[in-house]
Parts: sequence; structure tokens; C-alpha cells
Amino acid sequence: MNPLSLLFHFGKFVDWQRQIYRRPENIRMYYKELVRQMYDIGLGSLPIIFLISIFLGAVTVTQFYYQMDGQFIPNSFIGYIVRDMMIIELSPTFSCIILAGKVGSNMAAEIGGMRQKEHIDAMDIMGVNTSAYLVMPKVLAAFMMIPLLVTVSAFIGIAGGYLASVPVGLFTHNDYVTGLRLFFEPHNIFIMFVKAATFAIILTSVSCYQGYFVKGGSIELGEASTRAVVYSIILILVADYIIALILT
Amino acid sequence: MIRAENIRKSFGDQEVLKGISFTFEAGKTNLIIGRSGAGKTVLLKILVGLFAPSSGRVWYDDRDFSSLSKQQVRELRMEVGMLFQGNALFDSMTIEENIRFPMDMFTKMSFLEKQSRVNEVLERVSMEGINKKFPSEISGGMQKRVGIARSIVLNPKYLFCDEPNSGLDPKTSITIDELISNITDDNNITTIINTHDMNSVMEIGENICLLHEGKLAWQGNKDQVLQSDNEELHNFIFASPFLQKLVDRVGAKNI
Repeated sequence: MNPLSLLFHFGKFVDWQRQIYRRPENIRMYYKELVRQMYDIGLGSLPIIFLISIFLGAVTVTQFYYQMDGQFIPNSFIGYIVRDMMIIELSPTFSCIILAGKVGSNMAAEIGGMRQKEHIDAMDIMGVNTSAYLVMPKVLAAFMMIPLLVTVSAFIGIAGGYLASVPVGLFTHNDYVTGLRLFFEPHNIFIMFVKAATFAIILTSVSCYQGYFVKGGSIELGEASTRAVVYSIILILVADYIIALILT
Repeated sequence: MIRAENIRKSFGDQEVLKGISFTFEAGKTNLIIGRSGAGKTVLLKILVGLFAPSSGRVWYDDRDFSSLSKQQVRELRMEVGMLFQGNALFDSMTIEENIRFPMDMFTKMSFLEKQSRVNEVLERVSMEGINKKFPSEISGGMQKRVGIARSIVLNPKYLFCDEPNSGLDPKTSITIDELISNITDDNNITTIINTHDMNSVMEIGENICLLHEGKLAWQGNKDQVLQSDNEELHNFIFASPFLQKLVDRVGAKNI
């Protein structure tokens, strides 16, 4: 994508936000859509978040145990490292990258499909503010559910670390639990929530934009879905760095 | 009444509409006809406000569409119904939910009132008893009827139909035409139909505009079609080899 096109889409994206955050025509209809989205994003993503988190925790423990072996660092430090890595970085960033693939591509395809089948035109003609009705509930649902998913991910990741170390005899239950209690900094939880909420807005807004303005047929819809995932991931990583710079 | 005033529309270098002026009359079935690529759909989308014209104005009675505020446009939309070529029924909703959607969004009617109105419009289009079905579970012709039911559920003053007969067999096409025509007469609404179906032209064309290469090539009604000497109209109406042979044998005015 050339810089001019990038600038054009950025301007269009910013301008579009003004249409999204407007007073709903009918609160009840938006609420219904919000609940549906919360269910889809929240419960629908729980299995994949569970799966990746347990392995993230397990891999982190295994790798650190391998690297710190024989370095005169207490084993309990591994619990401490896993806890902070899951909270600050792995849970928010990895979960949202996975969600960009699952939720983001789904949103782009859903809205893009509606555009192609003239559903959006039909709603426009009825007088519905389609930008708001189709996008706002998704962004709000993600804003509320993704921080919860990330919290669950952090717990599962820590549990995954435990399962990969204590039962197989790398170190003891006491070592791990002692590590989890070491140097706990509540500010890290705040960083996790800021990241999760920011990434949630990025992945939904970018994906909905790609779907809403799709033109052409099924090939273009596929491309829009791919762009939704790729751009979301890039922007999540950029935002991750900026948040790290500001909050740490 | 809807009036198009010197409508021009370009996409890049290509000018699709070249100054169309036409009045679509209230209480009549107004037809926009023409070959594929003549600019029919673009004109319809401009009339309904989905495209902005490059220049020119669209008047809904005494309201200039281009000078309305967003709120006024939303209010005007309450008076507009549209049947799309592909029906545009929401796949994830049942027939009942599809028809109820505009009422859910814009009215404060009770559930029972909405339910009663859904049944009323379904009866109007002879589709009773399919409330709980999904669009994918009914035929194309039935989907058209449901699309019509949804477009009239809020009692619109203006009804737009984009190719209502596309993909339908001749008998179902006639039924859909009659239905649209009856709804127009009964409710005294301004109906604009974009079509290239010759049967529609001859049966329900009370006010017809023929587009050719982005220009208004002919205007009149169904009774004037066969009497006209307009070459573009002649080429459009008698495009099929069968009709051409018939014209050669008996003459257009004697058909």
C-alpha cells in the first residue's frame, strides 16, 4: 500500500468514527445486538483463549527453566517471571492477535457480506445509521469482553505453567507458588487492562472498516478479511510498544 | 411525486447519466426502462439517495433531497420502501423478524401490534403462515413477496423496486407486477420500478422513461409504447428476433 493510499484510508477511517459514535435510533435494538456480540466474542472465544493460554504458560515455564538451569537463580523466580509475562505481555498481546484472526476476520466477512448482499443498503434506505448499528455494538462488546478474556488467559497461562512444571518434577509446588507471590505490582494489572481494551478497539474498528467499505465480489471480500487480520495485528503490535513506552 | 432535475453522474472519466429530468408521478407505477448499462440502476440509486449525483437535484414533493439535513433525510427514509434486486432479506433473521425490523427500529408499537402488522402485510402479499421460516427456506418468488411486504410495512409514500422480476419465471413475474401495481393503487404511493421486463412495461407502465446511453430517450405510458415511432424505444421493445419477425409481418401498431 502506497503512503498516499494509507493517508486516504486513515482519513476516511477517522471521519467514519464520527458516524459510528452517534445516538442510537433505538436503544433496545442496539442492546440486543450488543448482547449477541458479547456472547459471540466472549463465550465464542473462550475455548481458543483457554487452549493458547495453557500452552503459552507451559512453554514459558519450560523455556525459562532450561535457560536458568545452573545459574544460581532460585526456581521460585520462574513463577514470578511467568506471572508477570502473562499479565503484562503474553495474555493481552497473544490473545488479541489470536482474536484478530478469529473475531476480526469474522467481523470483516460478516459486514462485507452484508454490503455485497445489499443488506447495508436496505438498512440505509430504512433510515438506519448502519455505521453505528453494525459497528458500535461490536466495538463495545469487544471493549467489555476482551479484557475479561485476557484476565482469564492470564490465570489459565499461570495454571499452564504450573501443570508443565510441578507434576513433571521440574520444581516444587512451593517454589512455583512462592514465585507467584514475589514482587507483585498491581500497576501491571492496570497495564494489562489498558492493553486489552486498546487492542479490542483496534481489532474491531479496523476489521469493521475493512468489511464496511468492501467493493467487488467474493475475492475482494476474502482480501478484505485478510487485510482486517494483517492490519489489526500490525496496529496491535505498534500500540503494544507505545503502551509499554508510556506505562512502564 | 418525485422529480429528477438535470441529473448527471460520472464515475471517473465515464459519464453514466447525462442530464436526466423526469417527473415520477404520485399514485402511478413509474417505470425506468432501458438496456443493460443504460444507467437505470444508477438513476434509481440517486433517486433513493444511495448515490449522490455529480450535479442536479432530486425533489420528493416539495423537499429538495440534497439540501436536507441528516435528521431530515432519516425522517424522509421513514416514507420510503425499497425492494432490492436480490431481495436483501437478512439471512440470520426469520421472515417475521425481517418484516418486523423497521418497526422494531423506528416505532414504539407493542409486540402484539407489530405481530398483527406483520401478519397483515404477509396476507397482503399472499404469504401467510411462513413467519418462522428463514429466507433460505423459501423460493425466489416468495422472497420477492416478502421483500415487498417488508418494504410496505411502514406504509411508505414512495416505493422503489430494482428489477423486481429478475430471476423469476414469467407467471411469477406477472403476479409480482400485479401485486406492486395493486399496492400502488390502494395506497396511492409513488412507485418507481427499474426494469427491462417487457411484460411489465406493457402491463403496469403508467408512466415510463426510457434511458439510452445515459440520456432520456423517450417518455410516455404503456398505451403509447406501440404507437411511438421512437427508434430507441422500437429497438428496445422489439429486440428479440421473434418480436422483430412479428413486427415485420404485421407492423408494430397492429400487435
